[in-house]
Amino acid sequence: MYLFTMPMNKAKKLVLVAAAAAALLAATAATASTKGTTLSLVAYSTPKPVMAKIISAWQQTPQGQGVNFTQSYGPSTTQAKAVAAGQPADIVFFSAGDDMNLDADAGVVNENWDEQGYNGIAADTVVVFAVRNGNPKHIKSWADLIKPGVQVVTPNPFSSGSAKWNILAAYGAQRALGKTDKQAIAYVQELFKHVVSQDTSGSNATNTFLSGKGDVLLTYESEAINARLQGKNIQYVIPRQTMLIQLPIAVVKSSKHLDKANQFLQFLRTPTAQNLFVQYGFRPVNPQVAKSAAAVKEFPARPGIFTITEKAIGGWRAADKKWFDSGGLMTKIEENAGGPTSG
Amino acid sequence: MNARSRRYSVRLVGLGYLAVILLAPLSMLFWRIWAEGAGKAWSAITEHDTIHAFEVTLILCAIAVPLNTLFGIVCALAIVRRRFPGKGLVNAFVDLPLALSPVVVGFSLFLLYGRTGWFGPWFTSHGIQVLFALPAMVLATIFVSVPYVAREVVPTLREIGDEQEQAAYTLGASSWQAFWRITLPSIRWAVIYGVVVTTARCLGEYGAVAIVSGSISGSTETATLRVQDYYENLDQAGAYGVALLLGLIAIAVLVVMTVLKPNEGVA
Amino acid sequence: MIVALPIAALVWASRADGLGGFWSAVTAPEALSALELTLAVAAIVALVNAVFGTVIAWMLVRDEFPGKQLVNAVIDLPFALPTIVAGLLVLALYGPHSPVGISVAYTRTAIVLVLCFVTLPFVVRTVQPVLHELDTQMEEAARSLGAGELAVFRRIVLPSILPGILSGVAMAFARAIGEIGSIVILSGNIPFHTEVASVYVFNQGQNGDTVQASAVAVCLLALSFTILLGIGGLRRLATRHERA
Repeated sequence: MYLFTMPMNKAKKLVLVAAAAAALLAATAATASTKGTTLSLVAYSTPKPVMAKIISAWQQTPQGQGVNFTQSYGPSTTQAKAVAAGQPADIVFFSAGDDMNLDADAGVVNENWDEQGYNGIAADTVVVFAVRNGNPKHIKSWADLIKPGVQVVTPNPFSSGSAKWNILAAYGAQRALGKTDKQAIAYVQELFKHVVSQDTSGSNATNTFLSGKGDVLLTYESEAINARLQGKNIQYVIPRQTMLIQLPIAVVKSSKHLDKANQFLQFLRTPTAQNLFVQYGFRPVNPQVAKSAAAVKEFPARPGIFTITEKAIGGWRAADKKWFDSGGLMTKIEENAGGPTSG
Repeated sequence: MNARSRRYSVRLVGLGYLAVILLAPLSMLFWRIWAEGAGKAWSAITEHDTIHAFEVTLILCAIAVPLNTLFGIVCALAIVRRRFPGKGLVNAFVDLPLALSPVVVGFSLFLLYGRTGWFGPWFTSHGIQVLFALPAMVLATIFVSVPYVAREVVPTLREIGDEQEQAAYTLGASSWQAFWRITLPSIRWAVIYGVVVTTARCLGEYGAVAIVSGSISGSTETATLRVQDYYENLDQAGAYGVALLLGLIAIAVLVVMTVLKPNEGVA
Repeated sequence: MIVALPIAALVWASRADGLGGFWSAVTAPEALSALELTLAVAAIVALVNAVFGTVIAWMLVRDEFPGKQLVNAVIDLPFALPTIVAGLLVLALYGPHSPVGISVAYTRTAIVLVLCFVTLPFVVRTVQPVLHELDTQMEEAARSLGAGELAVFRRIVLPSILPGILSGVAMAFARAIGEIGSIVILSGNIPFHTEVASVYVFNQGQNGDTVQASAVAVCLLALSFTILLGIGGLRRLATRHERA
């Protein structure tokens, strides 16, 4: 608009436009001008410390030498949608299988991502209760969460993978205790009446909890350990019945560095990388490492651990349909509790 | 209440408010660094991705500031010296970024250049990445910092009038000569002040850039986004480290602003 | 052009679901709550700054004290400081590790506090020049006729500086409704409690809920535009006043 009101003559106008165009092109060029291969990792919100370590470890190997990384961390579902909407990525690492399915359906990753090595999983962890030091409210079981006066912090299930695991764990635990489907759903409904904050991501929820809000944070075991490693005032309880969180990772189909990306994924399952995972609180998928002394010490076996394929839950597609799709159970439960009904 | 006690109470109220709202938070900048450990903060600042973040911020400033300066001067000239239909609207549009939320700015750019946007498909088919890359960030930064130079230059232009230029024309000067030799020097200080304010705005931009960039560390993270990155990852030392650096730059900018400011309102 | 096109795209996107869709998006409980919170907080902040801004402007124009130049310079700090730094600092001051022992992080109080910081300069800077220009003769005359200080202020000074105060308030309000950088760290963005409209748009946009995001964004846009036109009108009113 302003171009037509300039007091300068036409030539100057053209110069201005050309300068602007040149500047923009220079900017585009600037982004592209890094030497060597660069892999873009788009991940969920909490694994930054461990991924940073694993990336440097890989860069010491002959395959990883000279490979740069850009990293983006955020709420799992939001990240999945961003990649589907065009955010450039070579490797995607989410916290829930349904977010990987989202990208598979959008044509970003292979449909059979979960049939790749290790079922497409990079590492595991479990749902735990993070509590204040000394556990003043004596929160040990799912039943304790709905006691009067207990305030729960969990993220928003429409943007965060962690939140979905929490909900499914809550439901699954009730079913494991012998409750019916209806009773278990009623439990989740009651639970959400105790929820005082629903941040967009697992990592934001951790921050909220550490800032003093709530009595218990439902989170990944790895995140609780991570916070402890950083010196934060936190301890965690693994409830008797809890869910195994399987963290999916995949290569993006349109990546310009498919072989390097795949090499990185392979590296992730080697003992070196898996040991780093253990160091940072993740449960390894490599069976060798799982038997190692460090892993056994860190991760007590819990017979009550169930997975997403548990009959009562039936896998991610079924869980999405029942719980997390728009109009599903969580929409109703959130409406009931006065919580967010979208991400 | 006599005049003296009244004056003191005014001072008390004014300075008290300033201390609580303005100065107390500012002092935290230094306190927190000391509390968190200067060493950790330093290692965060010198991290590769942080340095890259500052580079990105500087690139954005380097592009947005000159462009908006040019545009601001041209616009101011048009608004003050010319009459044309829709002038009021142009004025409003130039001022709009001042009142508009950066989130709205960022989101509308996202709509425009996204996969399903108006322009998105054209750029994708030509292999140009706009969103989640510098071009979108440049556009966002330009958008939010459009008004400042114009707003500084307009009142100055109004004040000085155009008699000198008219005189020059009668003596045979071309419009370019009149502009370069007469107009520009007379608005020089307003322009410079506007440039400083624009730079400060570009440095501090968060909302619009956050939406269009995807905050990819090592790639599209700016310094302000870096602060949030550290904070979200429970790295307080890192967050305050980068914040301190940004704060020091802001204070430097403030000093320049104060020195250059047209002196009004201070008796 | 850089300004107009994206705005057009925004308005278009919000109409994607038709007028009904727009309305239901805006009246969705979370959206409404966010908008209400935004408006309420902005109003409080604008008012607070109206009062204190005027006081500070008065202090800077009419008073003399050591360090006045420094204070005058510091007023502009919120303009120069990146908003996210402001949020971080206020969080440090009034958050969990607060040295003053006040912990209001993740509450609405925190939002008000940080917005006061961010919008501090507006009223001060719009009132200062007007106050500076004010001819004190009228006040002297009133005083010599026996009027009390309060009456002098109310009847003579206030009407003259009112346009200045109002336009400063309008700008502070506009800034407050749109602010994001300082709030995002500080408020916890708890839906229905501390989630403001700008954060709502951000989250909805990130998560692909385009219609919701653009509906609320258009509301913010309309508000900003209205305020701008209001300020323009005020400016014209003030200059007419001067000419009279």
